[in-house]
Parts: sequence; structure tokens; C-alpha cells
Amino acid sequence: MANEATAAHGSHDHHPHGWRRWLYSTNHKDIGTMYIILSIVAAIIGGAMSVLIRLELMYPGIQFITDFQFYNVLVTGHAFLMVFFVVMPAMFGGFGNWFVPLMIGAPDMAFPRMNNISFWLVAAALVLLLISAFTQGGPGTGWTVYPPLSNVEYHPGPAVDLGILSLHLAGASSILGAINLIVTIFNMRAPGMTMHRMPLFVWSILVTAFLLLLAIPVLAGGLTMLLTDRNFGTSFFETSGGGDPILWQHLFWFFGHPEVYIIIIPGFGIISQVISTFSKKPIFGYLGMAYAMVFIGFVGFVVWAHHMYTAGLDADTRAYFVAATLVIAVPTGVKIFSWLATMWGGSLEFPAPMLFACGFIFLFVMGGVTGVALANSGMDLAWHDTYFVVAHFHYVMAIAAVLSIFAGFYYWIGKMSGRQYPKTLAKIHFWMFFIGVNVLFFPQHFLGMAGMPRRIPDYPDNYWGWNYVSSIGALITSISTVLFLFIVWRTFAAGDKVPANQWGEGATTLEWTVDSPAPFHTHEVLPDMTVQAPAE
Amino acid sequence: MGIIRSRLFVLVPAIGLAIVFLAETAVAAGRSEPWQMWFQPAASPVMERIIEFHNFIFIIEVLIVVLVLVLMGYIIIRFNAKSNPVPSKTTHNTILEVAWTAVPLLLVIIIAVPSLKLLYYADRIEEGEMTLKVIGNQWYWSYEYPDHGAFAFDSIIIEDENLEPGQPRLLSVDNSVVLPAETNIRLLFTSADVIHNWAVPSLGLKLDAVPGRVNESWVRINSEGDYYGMCSELCGVNHGFMPVHIKAVSKADFAAWVEQAKQEFAGENSNAGVRVAKADTRVR
Repeated sequence: MANEATAAHGSHDHHPHGWRRWLYSTNHKDIGTMYIILSIVAAIIGGAMSVLIRLELMYPGIQFITDFQFYNVLVTGHAFLMVFFVVMPAMFGGFGNWFVPLMIGAPDMAFPRMNNISFWLVAAALVLLLISAFTQGGPGTGWTVYPPLSNVEYHPGPAVDLGILSLHLAGASSILGAINLIVTIFNMRAPGMTMHRMPLFVWSILVTAFLLLLAIPVLAGGLTMLLTDRNFGTSFFETSGGGDPILWQHLFWFFGHPEVYIIIIPGFGIISQVISTFSKKPIFGYLGMAYAMVFIGFVGFVVWAHHMYTAGLDADTRAYFVAATLVIAVPTGVKIFSWLATMWGGSLEFPAPMLFACGFIFLFVMGGVTGVALANSGMDLAWHDTYFVVAHFHYVMAIAAVLSIFAGFYYWIGKMSGRQYPKTLAKIHFWMFFIGVNVLFFPQHFLGMAGMPRRIPDYPDNYWGWNYVSSIGALITSISTVLFLFIVWRTFAAGDKVPANQWGEGATTLEWTVDSPAPFHTHEVLPDMTVQAPAE
Repeated sequence: MGIIRSRLFVLVPAIGLAIVFLAETAVAAGRSEPWQMWFQPAASPVMERIIEFHNFIFIIEVLIVVLVLVLMGYIIIRFNAKSNPVPSKTTHNTILEVAWTAVPLLLVIIIAVPSLKLLYYADRIEEGEMTLKVIGNQWYWSYEYPDHGAFAFDSIIIEDENLEPGQPRLLSVDNSVVLPAETNIRLLFTSADVIHNWAVPSLGLKLDAVPGRVNESWVRINSEGDYYGMCSELCGVNHGFMPVHIKAVSKADFAAWVEQAKQEFAGENSNAGVRVAKADTRVR
């Protein structure tokens, strides 16, 4: 609205250059780019950690990790990096920043300077986390940081404190980012872009932002209590002082369960855009899709104790959490069937993003049905803390999220860089990655069925077979990741220029109306959506 | 693409069948087999019911996965740009949308009823014939027999180089916990330091040992034998090295063992700093 004046100047290139452009950046595209770069850097570190874990577990007996504290630090670091510094920055910070303003027809985010501090806080948090891992043995607590193990008696030294501070910074960054996106989406939509016309990716980011806004403060509270337990003699989680370690688990999982939806819901949004584009059809059941995400987000806050079935909770409490958790199957089922129905009757093309979207549906369904099984407290007597859980959440949340990130990357890299990615290599990347992760994680179901616990550096010899297969899968996956890095380099070094709308008639959202690469300032004259047909 | 997808449809049911087949043929008790793909054979009524319940929901799971894969495969073949150059514009079908909300809801209810039955059955038992106290320590388990003179002992992993033939690596301990078969045993759990978890897969047992709390569960071991498990809650550096070994014996052998154990462990206090109850305040 205020931008007509700026547009009149035609000041497309009035921005700082060199390091100032990035350090001081208030531009949603530059900040989004920095988030994506940070995510790739963290993914290389976190991925390397998981490869070390799989190499250690390739054979029974101790292979090369003789310090088991270091093994626990690898387990912890892998989780923290992947959750807070890979998936969240890529989807929420990266694609959220880049494409929410473009899709709703806004010139930038509502609070550009706050956007800048959001990014630099998460960058600082990453540095703190890495320092933590190399400080006096590192935090070997798992990402759940359960006291008393995380308390000062069992983790003396500053490693856990640094980890807590890192999460505080990452949390502050997420809250600021969430506020920014909520305000942007509520107030800066182009004329005629009603809530019910917003692309589903914008809906997914809106729901995610609310989850962050409500969940992170609970984590922050818990972390602060842990910090004062460790350093100032309080005893919130210390039995001998009248506290209760189970209280931490309630606080952590009240955050932790919404957190897994924070990770996957933006993926829903990306997959919806990709499937709609390459089916050349509007999304099927748009309202159902949007409100399924809202409902998943809501229910996500009332199911946390299904992570604590073996903590010794009352049977009636567990009965409630079983019922509430099972209910989540309904809206997720709606999403799966709506994606299939969108493809039904479409004119399907299968470039790399669509391949990743189809792979996503497969992984999400696999992880979804094991999730329904795990929702039952009775089944947890067999599966809690086994590799079955590891297989489940990697399918439904971790690898599904990564597939949706890759889908989004190939879908939008033309818009972001102005260049075409190498098409054949990208398809090879998909197949290698897809086969790799399935070889990696499917056998872990068997290990869990047979009773192998998580987070152990060595295992009874009879678990050897599937562990070996799983490690082979990890190697395939890591080779495919090297291929991805090569593809990124090729795209920038030798990619052809792409037009504004590289995907043709199926790509109907507003980001395809601006040039590729998207100019520094976009939508300086607000697009008028009042005359357009509803997005549904 | 299409070919690979359609092969997947053959593969998935084939894998499913293979799993069921393996489940039928698994024989060994108490610990896992090489290349095991299914549960360890049930050795307690709770584990029997877990497997029974799982067999039920597993069918639903496989059907859902197969349905989605078949649909996706059909859509990919039928509606790719070559076969279907002009996309339809259908975006709504109220009956369909209601159906795919209602049917999963129905499935959820069908799952929830037996699930809750299992939950309450496995929870606890009113009248146990005896009580075993399990105390987690970094990094070993301590056991107390409050109904048999309250003797106690520690159960510590046997290092690889000290294993005797026939003792499984990482699962064998110096003092196994001896329990009578065909007896309803009440189990009490606590911890002396951090949170541990006492788990025995073949018995369907898994409960946290939490400092400052006493958690309760129960077990009835169907037959004599060796049953193994491992700590199932990350508890620090040697988390992977605090196994559970239950030696289930007949009631007569158990009584004989108790007499011997009273002598052997007399005066030997467990290293645990926490006792869940004194001998004179014990629950029957």
C-alpha cells in the first residue's frame, strides 16, 4: 500500500552490497536464502553424525567409537541439528520467508528488521550448539534432555548449559519468526486475497507459526527451570528437593509433540503446491485440506503424554491419550486422500519435485500407520524406546520432511536462482535418496519388533543382520546427498535461465507471476486478486 | 516409473506374507533370533495379548498402505500427461470427503476398544503372589525380594572377555534375577540415580524406574526358561550395558534358590542409595 511511492522511484537496486547486504539484510528473499544455506550446512554436520552412528552400528561389537559419551553426544547432536537447524530453518525460515510474501502478494515481511534478528539468533544458536558438543564431553542426554541425567550431578560442566542457551536462542528466533509470519499473513495479503484463497503453503506456515508461538514458550520455561536447577540450586526436577523429573517430561513433550507438527506441516503445504502444479488441477477439497492442518495443529497440543506411556502414568490418563492420539489419524487421512484425489483426473507430469511429492506420500503413509499402532499404550510395552520408534518417526516426520524440502527446493530453485537444475541428475538424486532411506529405515522396524533398544552403541549379536542392511542404506543415502550438493553447484554454475513461470499452466500461485530469479523487490504494486477466481 | 511402482505392489504384500510366515516359525524364547522380523515369542499373558492385538491392527495397517499404493499406482498410470492430456477441473465431492473422514474415524474406534482393554489388563494386578523390587542404578540393576526376607543383590553385566560358552553377549549378568514360573508377580520399580527402564520384550514388560517414585507393574511367566532384556531409557555413558536376565524356574526350585540366596546375599546391601520400602513395612 505504501509501496507505490517506492515503485515510482523504480529503485530496484537500492540495497547494500557485499557483506552488508547479508549481515544487515531486511529483505525476505535474502534472509530466506541465508536460512536455506544455514540449513544445508547444519544438514551436512547432522548427517555426518548419523553416518558415524550407522557405521558404529554396522557390526556388533565396538567399531571405532570407544567413548560412549561421545556416542550419546552424536545421538543428541544429530537430533538437535536436524530438528532445530535443518528442517525448521529450511521450511519455516527458508521457504516461509521466501514464498509467503510472494504468494500472498506482499512486498516483504511485516517486520523486516525483526526478520533479520530471527535469522542471526538461529545462526548464533547453531554456533552455541556446536560449542556445546565439544565442551567437556558434550551433552549426552538425548534431545529429550531428561533430568536427572541432564542435571548437574550427572552432567557436570558447561556442555548442557550451552545446549540450553542454544535452544533458548533458537526458540527466541522461532517465536520472532512466528510473530512476523502471522502478522504478515493476517495483514499484508493483496486485495482480494482472502484467507480462503491463500495457497495451502501459506496456510501451512500460518498453522506452524501458531504452533511455534504456543509451544516454544513452554519449552523455554522448562529449559529455564532446568538451567536454574543446574546452576542456582532450585529443585524443580530434583526429587530430593521436592521436585519431580516427570514434570520435565510433561513440559518437554507439551512442546515436543507440537514440534513434530512444526516440522511436518510446512511439508504438507509444499507437497500440496507441488501436487496441484504437476496435476494441472486446483487442490481437491481445499477447505478440508486447510482445516485439516488447523485441526492437526490443535490436537497436537493435547496428545503429548503418548511419549510417556512407560513413565508410570495412571492408566486412565493413558487411556485418554490413546484416544486423543488415534484421532489424529482422521485429519491426516483426509490429507492423504485429498492429495490422491487432486492427482485423480489430472494431467500428471513427473519432474523431480513431483517425484519427491509421490515419495513423500509413500513415506508419510508408512509412518502414519506405524504411528496409529504406536498410539496404543499397550503396544508401547513392546515398542517404546526401541528401533521401531526410530523407524516410525524417521518415516513420518524426519525423512518425509526432508523429501518435502527437496520437493520444495527443486520446485522453487528456478524462482530463487533463476536457473534450471539438471533434470536427469535430480531424478537420479530422488531414486537414490528414496531407495537409500527405505533400505536405511525399513529394517529398523524389524529390529524394533525384535526388541532392540534405541540409543545404544553396541547390541546383542543376533541383531546384526538388519543393522548391517540399515547401515548400507545410510551409505546409499549419504552418496545421494553428495549428489545433491553437486546438483546445487551445477545449477548455479551451468544452469540455463528459466522463465517467470517454468512449470506452465499448473503453476497458478503468485510467485510465478514475478521474474526468475525473483527481483530484489517484488509486488511493489500490489496484485489485485479481487477479480481472480477463488483459489479453491 | 510405472513399472517400478507396479513392482512395489507385488513386493509389499509379499513382504507382509513373509513377515506373517516368519512369525509362525519363530521358535526360540527369551531373546531375539538372527534376522528376526517379528516379536519375540510371547512368554507371558500380557505379551500374548499384545501380539494378538497387534495381529489385528497389522491387518488394518497393511490394507491402508496397499490401498494408498494401489491408488497411487493406478493414478500415475491412468492420469499421466500422455494418457490424460486434458486435466479435469473437479475439486469437490462431498460424499467422498465425508466418507474418507468417517471411515478412518470408524477404524479408530474399532482399534481403540481392544487397545484400551489391553492397556488396563497390562497395567497392574490386584493380588500378586509375591513382590519383586527393581532398582535402577548407573549402570546395573538391583533386585530385592521383600516377601522372602528382603535379601537384595546387584546384577551386573558380564564383560565380553569373561563370557562362558552359551552366555549371550551384552545380555548376561553375574547374578540373574530368579523368579518362579506360573506365578503372579507384582513388580515395583524405582531408581537410585537417573531414570532407567526395565524391559523384557518376550514378557511384554517395560516400565521406567524413576528416582523418587515407585512404579508398579506385574508379570506372570508362562514357563521356565531364560528371558533377556536391556535398559530402555537413555541413562548415561553405559546405558547399553545394563541388561536384564530373568531365570524362571519351578516354584520348588525357586523356594530352594531363595534359601540359598538368603545365605549368599546375607548382609550384602545393594549399592542402591534408595530403598523403596523397609522389610517391616512391606506390602504383601
